[in-house]
Parts: sequence; C-alpha cells; structure tokens
Amino acid sequence: MDDLESIKDDALALIESSDSLAQLDDVRVKFLGKKGLISGQMKTLGKLSAQERPSAGSKINEVRDCVTDALEAKRSALEVEAETQDLMRDSVDVTMPGRPQKIGGLHPVTRTLSRLNRLFASMGYAVATGPEIEDDWHNFEALNIPSHHPARAMHDTFYFDDGRVLRTHTSPVQIRTMVSEEPPIRIVAPGRVYRCDSDLTHTPMFHQIEGLVVDKDISFSDLKGTIITFLNRFFEADLDVRFRPSYFPFTEPSAEVDVQCVMCEGSGCRVCSHTGWLEVMGCGMVHPKVFEHTGVDTAVYTGFAFGMGIERLAMLRYGIGDLRLFYENDLQFLNQFHG
Amino acid sequence: MKASISWLKSLCPTELSVDEIVSCLTMAGLEVDGVETAAKSFTHVVVGEVISASPHADADKLKVCEVSDGVAIHQVVCGAANARPGMKVPFARVGAVLGDDFKVQRANIRGVESSGMLCGADELGLSDERVGLMELPDSTPTGADFMEILALPDDLIEVDLTPNRGDCLSITGLARELSVLSQTPVQSVSCDSIDPGSSQTHDVNLHAPEGCPRYVGRVIENIDVTRPTPLWMTERLRRSGIRSIDAVVDITNYVMIELGQPMHAFDREQLVGAVDVRMARNGEELVLLDGKKLTLTEDVLVIADQEAPLALAGIMGGERSGISEKTTTVFLESAYFNPITVAGKARRFGLHTDASARFERGVDWRLAERASERATNLILEICGGTPGPVVVTDDDHAMPKTQTVELSHSRIEQQLRISLPSASVQQMLGALGFDVETVDAGFRCVVPSWRFDISIEQDLIEEIARIYGYNNLPISLPAQALGMASISEAETPVMRLKHYLVDQDIQEVITYSFVDPEIQAILGDGTAGVRLANPIASNLAEMRRSLMPGLVEAVRHNVNRQAPRVRLFETGQCFIPQIDELDQSERIGVAIYGQSTPLHFSIDRLVDFFDLKGILNGLSMINGGGELIWSPSEHQSFASGQTASVSLDGEVLGIVGRLHPKLARQLDLPKPLFLADLKLDPLLRGQVTAFKAISRYPKVVRDLAIVVDDMVKWQQIVDAVATLSDDRIQSVELFDVYRGPGVPDGRQSLALSVSLQDPHGTLDDQAIQELVDQIVCVLRKNADAELRG
Repeated sequence: MDDLESIKDDALALIESSDSLAQLDDVRVKFLGKKGLISGQMKTLGKLSAQERPSAGSKINEVRDCVTDALEAKRSALEVEAETQDLMRDSVDVTMPGRPQKIGGLHPVTRTLSRLNRLFASMGYAVATGPEIEDDWHNFEALNIPSHHPARAMHDTFYFDDGRVLRTHTSPVQIRTMVSEEPPIRIVAPGRVYRCDSDLTHTPMFHQIEGLVVDKDISFSDLKGTIITFLNRFFEADLDVRFRPSYFPFTEPSAEVDVQCVMCEGSGCRVCSHTGWLEVMGCGMVHPKVFEHTGVDTAVYTGFAFGMGIERLAMLRYGIGDLRLFYENDLQFLNQFHG
Repeated sequence: MKASISWLKSLCPTELSVDEIVSCLTMAGLEVDGVETAAKSFTHVVVGEVISASPHADADKLKVCEVSDGVAIHQVVCGAANARPGMKVPFARVGAVLGDDFKVQRANIRGVESSGMLCGADELGLSDERVGLMELPDSTPTGADFMEILALPDDLIEVDLTPNRGDCLSITGLARELSVLSQTPVQSVSCDSIDPGSSQTHDVNLHAPEGCPRYVGRVIENIDVTRPTPLWMTERLRRSGIRSIDAVVDITNYVMIELGQPMHAFDREQLVGAVDVRMARNGEELVLLDGKKLTLTEDVLVIADQEAPLALAGIMGGERSGISEKTTTVFLESAYFNPITVAGKARRFGLHTDASARFERGVDWRLAERASERATNLILEICGGTPGPVVVTDDDHAMPKTQTVELSHSRIEQQLRISLPSASVQQMLGALGFDVETVDAGFRCVVPSWRFDISIEQDLIEEIARIYGYNNLPISLPAQALGMASISEAETPVMRLKHYLVDQDIQEVITYSFVDPEIQAILGDGTAGVRLANPIASNLAEMRRSLMPGLVEAVRHNVNRQAPRVRLFETGQCFIPQIDELDQSERIGVAIYGQSTPLHFSIDRLVDFFDLKGILNGLSMINGGGELIWSPSEHQSFASGQTASVSLDGEVLGIVGRLHPKLARQLDLPKPLFLADLKLDPLLRGQVTAFKAISRYPKVVRDLAIVVDDMVKWQQIVDAVATLSDDRIQSVELFDVYRGPGVPDGRQSLALSVSLQDPHGTLDDQAIQELVDQIVCVLRKNADAELRG
C-alpha cells in the first residue's frame, strides 16, 4: 500500500510540474493509461483475498480519482494559459485604420430628381418617361408650336438629318401620356433635355421635370396651390412665392414662378441679382389646342402643367455656383453628395 | 425692348415711380430685366455758345475759347478738335459736378485761366464714345439748363417681352399697358393727315397678297436730308438703343419705336418703274444696307422695282435704293407683312433687325396709314419737302379679319375661382382695347388689331387674370378621389440598382448623350451611331450607342487629377440604329480602375475582372430573376482573354471586360480599366418569389480536387454537373485554382466544394458516395477531368 501512496505523490508532483499540455498527457499515460502505474495497481487486486479486495479496490479508486481531478485541473489551467498567450500574440493596435468600407454617391441631379419624384408621388403623381430623340410633332406641333412660331427660335434645337430632334423640353412626355391615357392624369416626367447652347450658364444637355394634371374642374388656383406647396416642401422652408404672367405656346394662362431667394431670404444678394426673387419654373393651364391634338375633351376636362430645371433647383439647394460642374464628373465634386 | 420712362410718361402721364412702373409691368407679364439711368447725374451744365476759339500760345492742341452762357462770357481752355466759333455745346460752369465726383473748378492751364468746361457726350454719360465736343443744333437756346433740354433725369427700362406680346414693342404699346395697370388715361400720338402738296405717286403692285396684303406708299419731294435730326429725337432714339443715321432714317426709326410700325424710306430716284411686292426668284441677289450680299429663294418676300429686288420685306432695305446725302425725293413705305411670311427669314440670313422682330410677332394691321402720316409730319417739320397723296394698295381678302371671341362668366369662375361683376370685366378688357358687348352668359369681345395673341376664350381669361393680378387669385389644391397606384413587385425600381452600386463604393456620373464619334468608333462594334445635324462641337457630334465613351472620359478626367481609384457608373438612354427604327432603351454602365480598395496596410492589389464580375452578379440578383451567363468574347478594343459577353435568360445584355492596354495607354490610363455596358431593362424585370419547401435534413459538404485542361472553362464544370439534374446536389463551388508542380503542364487543378442535401431524408454514407461518384464520372466524361490523388 505504501506503493500506492508513493505512486499518488509522484503523480501529483509530476502533474504540478507539467508546463505543457503534451507533458501533462505523458503524465496521464504514465499513471492512468492502460499500462499505467495506477491501472497496474488494479491488476494486483486479483492476488488479494475476497475480504481485502473491496477496501484495497476503493483505495486505488480514490487515488485514481484524485489524480484524474488533478490532471483535469492542471489541464484547464494550462489551456487558459495557452489561450491567453495566443491572444497576446494576436493583439492589434486598435488605433490603426479599419479595413475601408466606403460608399459611392448619387449624382446631385439624380438625388434631386429622386427627391422630386418622391415629393410628387406623395401627392399622387406617377412618373412617366419618354424618348430623348423625338419627332417634330411631339416636341413642337402637338404643343402648339407650329414651324413658323417665334417660340421655336427660343429653343436652340439640335436636329437630325431625318427631321427628328433632341427633345428641347420634357413636355413631349405630356403629349405621349395624354394620347395613351384617359384622365384623370397626374404625372411627373423627369429627364434629360437638350439645347444647342453652351456657355457659363448653359450646358447643351440638362434636366427638367414636367408635371401634368388633367381632370374635371382643375383651376388656376389648384395650380397655384400645388406649386406653392411643392416649393415649400422642396426647400423645407416657408418661402414667399409669386406668379408672373408669361407665355408658353402650350399653356394659357401661363405663368413664371418666382420664389423668395433661398440664399438671402429675400433681402437681395448676388444669386438673386439683388431682386430678392429667384425664377424657378414655368407653368400654366393646358392650352385647348394641346388637348385637341391629344384627343382630350375640352368640354369635360381642364388641366395644368408645370416644368422646371433640375440643375437650377440643385444649385439653389446645395449652393453650387457653377453649372458646368454637373457634367465635368470630377470626383471631388461628386463625392460631396453621399448615398 | 428698351424704353425711356420719360417718353413712356409723355404718353401715359402716371404718378407712379420708376420702381412702381417696373413692378407693375413685370407682374403683368412684361418682365423688366433692368433699369439704368439715361445719363450720368450732373449739375450746373447749360447750353453754351462758343463766341471765339483761338490757339493756346503754349500748347498746340489746346484752344482758348470765349463761351457765352447767356449771362456772361467765360474764358475756357479746351482740347477738343471740333471747338469752333458759333457752335452750341454743353457748358459746365465752375462749380458743376459731373457724375458722382468730378468737380469743375477754376484752373490755370499752361498760364491761361480757364473758367468752366465744354463737354463731350461721353463726359455727361450720354455716350460711350469720345468724339470731341457734343454739338447741339444751332436752334438750342443759349443758357438753357441742359438737364431740361434733354428731359433729364430719365431712366431706361429693358423689357424682356415674350414672343406673344409684339404689340408692346413700342412706346405706345407699353403706354397702353401701363395705362390699364395704373388707371391713367393714355395720350395718343397725333397723326393728323397731311394734305398733299403735289400729286406725285409711285405705283405699287401686290403680287403676293398673302405675304403683304396692304402697302401704304407716299412720295415726298424736295426734302433736305442734310438737315440735322433734332436733339430731342436723337436723344429718344439713343435711349431706345438706336444710333442716329440721317434725318429721314431717324424719323422712320422714331415712328417705329413710338407707334410700333417699322417703315422704310427709298430714294425714289433710284427706283426703276413701279414697285412690286413679290416673292423673290430663286437665285436673285440683293445687297443690303449693311453691304451684305444675299442670294434669295422663292419663299422670301421682297420689295422690288422693275429691275431687281430693293429690300427684304419687313427685314432690311437694300443698298441701291437707300437714302444718301443726295436724296431729294423719298418714297415712304408703311406696310403690313404677314408674320408667317416673315418668320424665320431674318434668322436664315443671319440677321436680326428691329423691323423683323416686330413683323415676325405681328404689327398692328390698322396702323400703316397713321404711321405714314406721322412720319410725313416729322419729315416736313425737319427736312421740309412736298408730300404727295397717301396711296393705300391693299387686298381685302388677304387682310387679317377682325376677331371676335366669346367669354363666359362661368368659365372665368371655373378657371380662376373668382366671381367678377360684368362691369369689371368690361372695364378691364375695354381698357386693353377690346370692344366688349355683354351677351347672355358672358361677353362678346372684339380683339384689337394689335393683339395677335388673342383667339380663344382662355386668352381672355389670361388677360383678366393678368389685370386682376395672378397673386390676387385664390389658392387651392386639386380635389381628387383617393385612388391607389399599382406597384409591380416583380419590377425593380432603377433607384434600387443605383443604391446597390453606390453601396459598392461606386459613384454615379452623368455624361453627355452626345460623344466623340472617333472614341465611339473605337469602343463600338463597327456600326455607326446617329449623327447630329448641328452639333455644338465636333467631339460632341454623335449620339452615344453605349455608356462606355462617357465613362472612359469621366475616368480619364479623374485619373488626370491624380485619383488613385476610380469607380463610376451611369444609367441612361443610348441610341442604337435598328433596321427600321431607333432603339432608345436605357443601359447601365460601370467602370472600375486602380486599387481594388481604398489604401489600407492589409490589402494591396489592383482591380481585376472578377471584381467587376462580382459587382454585376450582385446587381443581377436584386430582381430575383435568373443568373447572368458569362461567355468568353472578343472585341477589338478589349483585352483578349479578359472579355465576356453577358446574357440573362438567353438575351445578350452587353459586354464586360478590360480595355485593351494599348488603347488604355493611348488614353493615358496606365492601370487596367474594366468596363461594363449592359441593357438595363432585363435587370429590372424579375419575378415574384414562389416559395419552395426547405429541407429539414442535414446538409453534407464534400470537397473534390480535379485536374482538367487549362482550356476547360469553369462554366463547363457547372454545366456538366447540371446535366445530372439531381435535386440533392445543392451547389458546386470553386474554392481553389492551382497550376504548378504536381499538376502537368497545360492542366489546372480545381478544388470544388459540393453541397449535398436530400429534401426527403438524411443522406447516408452510401448515398453520398454514389453522388460524389456520379459527379466525378460526369466531369470525367464532359470535361476530361481526373480526380487528383
């Protein structure tokens, strides 16, 4: 039995002195393995009498349990230590830059258009689109701009040899919608338009959004209300809005719309040429000739239309001073409009 | 239209201030673009008379003048070459202030005392040119206050008229509007008829009555063209932006500005036979007053004599019959030309004249005779002469007809939401020159002959709204039953795709739809694009067939500005000619260039084909439709072996690949540029999800390494496995590609991860092994694959 006690002391000492999991395993094999010292003690039981056997057996079991517990305790201690060392090795400088996750951005024109679409959608307008290479009828004739009309001179039209044109406004989409759909109509038509003109304040391509409402009993006061509401929502400010009589061949009465200058709040600045007002859009009641061309019954329906330049709105909204920046596509400019 | 406020007030004597007039006109639709003063402010300037002018003893270019201001004689040293005894000239007395801060003081100029200053027009802000002293007509009273003589101070307004308001291209027209707005009675210009002093007439034949239905002619003999135009007239012309030429031309211009009737004066001695108003003959030539030589076509209306055209009707006179110093007899034209005939002709010849601007918009068709009388009055007053009778040649059938437009009360209420008493409507329209008669439900309005923009009820509604004030009209929102929009679930909004690309760190650009034809040819497929007839520049002459030219240019712009990493996308219409029509559908383009990620110590590589492929595969997943199919492709401008044609559900969407390095170098792009240009619509058209039952049994993953020929494409492996059509094979993924030692030359080792799952039960070892064997077998058969040991 002295044997058993010394085996136990040896085992515990070896466990205590182990400093790696591999060494610890060697200890386990030496004492608890099939041919291990403690297992060997069990085999000696057979030589004992039936009376001695139980107490000797339980002593051996006690030693085995004691060594097993010590092994487990040491193993988990060594594991914790090993993991701690691993983590030490893996430690990083948390102040170094993270792996970059950048995002691109929408072009400010798209951003503005998308916002306009959403604003008008909330008022029940659907988005309509049309081709950019248009025929003369949709771009001019149907809009009450016959070929001799002086208004054609204001349009600086790009032509193709077959007589087609690059649309000079988004108004042809009005025509297409009225031809293909029955009133009530509420649409906005955003898109690219083209004028043969290029200088500090003109680019040969720009964007417009056109609105059209056709229904029974639509009045000029409905037009005024719609425009005033829109401008206040777009600029997110309570701005004065005024309507000036103007002329468009496809509306009658027609109006230009001025909004109180968003830069100086109407006190006068460079942007509004010291007038306190910014001209932002044109609008009017749909001309009966346009209804005739598109087969809308003028005895039943009236309507209004409005149109505005997107770049102009974006410039005012974001404080952009130079129109040409929109089409240089310089990342230093574009990167400022995230998401 | 530039107008002098004092001239305007002489016809409409309103008490309104200049600011009020500007606001009034602008808010009535006659937008005033700018206001300026007619002259610098100045004080103590009077009409002086030069009594004597003698050379300065010490200076060659100076003169010593004695100048009378009507009260005393002053000695003035003057440097102007035209100073001479007897001339009348503006004289600034000592103490005068010119402009903001120039004070005229007593001075000693090279030993000679000078008290005051003789002025040039530029020094008084009356001209931008320096042409010596301003010579005043001899009749100007010496000593008179010069401000009063010139009717100063005065302000000039620039009215930006819309094309429908040709009737306001005159002081009379503006006065008429202002009179309604300010409720001031208008004073009409007196155009008393003049009794003829001779019976001289000139025959006129109207050969094109549609173009010219009325021609009023008058011969005036014995005139003296050399007489100076009076100061009040040159000054009013100057304030209207018109230079003085000679008295007769000045008078015709004056009447045009005053009344709105463009006129022309011919030197009658140059006319050969009767005047014909006719269409030009093809190839006929005409030298204009400005010396420009035109070759005419038969759609151009001309005034001609029996020899050749004399003038472009309603646009400009010709050189041959123009007024000269020798002219003694004039033939004065005052005509009505049809706007449709004149429209566009001036522009075609690169001209824009005061006459054409008016005739194109429409000139009062009842004005010609009155204007002729007014001009005759002025000619007799200024140049003398003996007038013949006024001869009106016209064609009643071709003359415009008086228009009558009905206006109903209910229409006013429906459109404007106001209820106006009949008397108000009559008063508003009456003041604008309409003859208004009340009828059952409203009014019958006779349109004045100067309004070419009123033909329907809505036109009258606009007039009412304009005078009532747009901003005084009520405000409401359209009432409509609340409907609900139809929103397709299968269709993806394009904004969703844009947001995805933005989230992949790609910036949206918008490039011009017209591109450089050369770049387009290089990047295209050899077919031509649509050319503009009038491009703004030769490098913006062709409509884009794809988004690539614009994207390449945008990448270049930023690479030239040291951007190390450029990732751009664009969507928009492209224009591809088809056999019998033009395809204008939208496309989506992506360009990636430079570093694969922003600078970071852990990653350092350039973008490659698989970056772009990954982005596009992700894009194609948004709509829940099919997978993109990538097949190797060739293109002259793309790197062979890094170019693919992409299709979806059997439809080719476009091309993706690396711009050929040689081309990239030419474009100053040293690093690889990967480009994609695809049809947009198929990427937006998806389908609504149809749920499939999920398997509740475990998934098993087995890895296989196979060795295949280099030329075997991954797609072949995928296709081969697909031929098994066994729904237990969930996916086959590629997780390693290896070439090198251990693998024979010309072959590659592919490591595959195969996911297996049975929807109906757990896969046992035997079933798994059978499936793996089947896969290996089909790969051996279809791709000559061996299992790697």
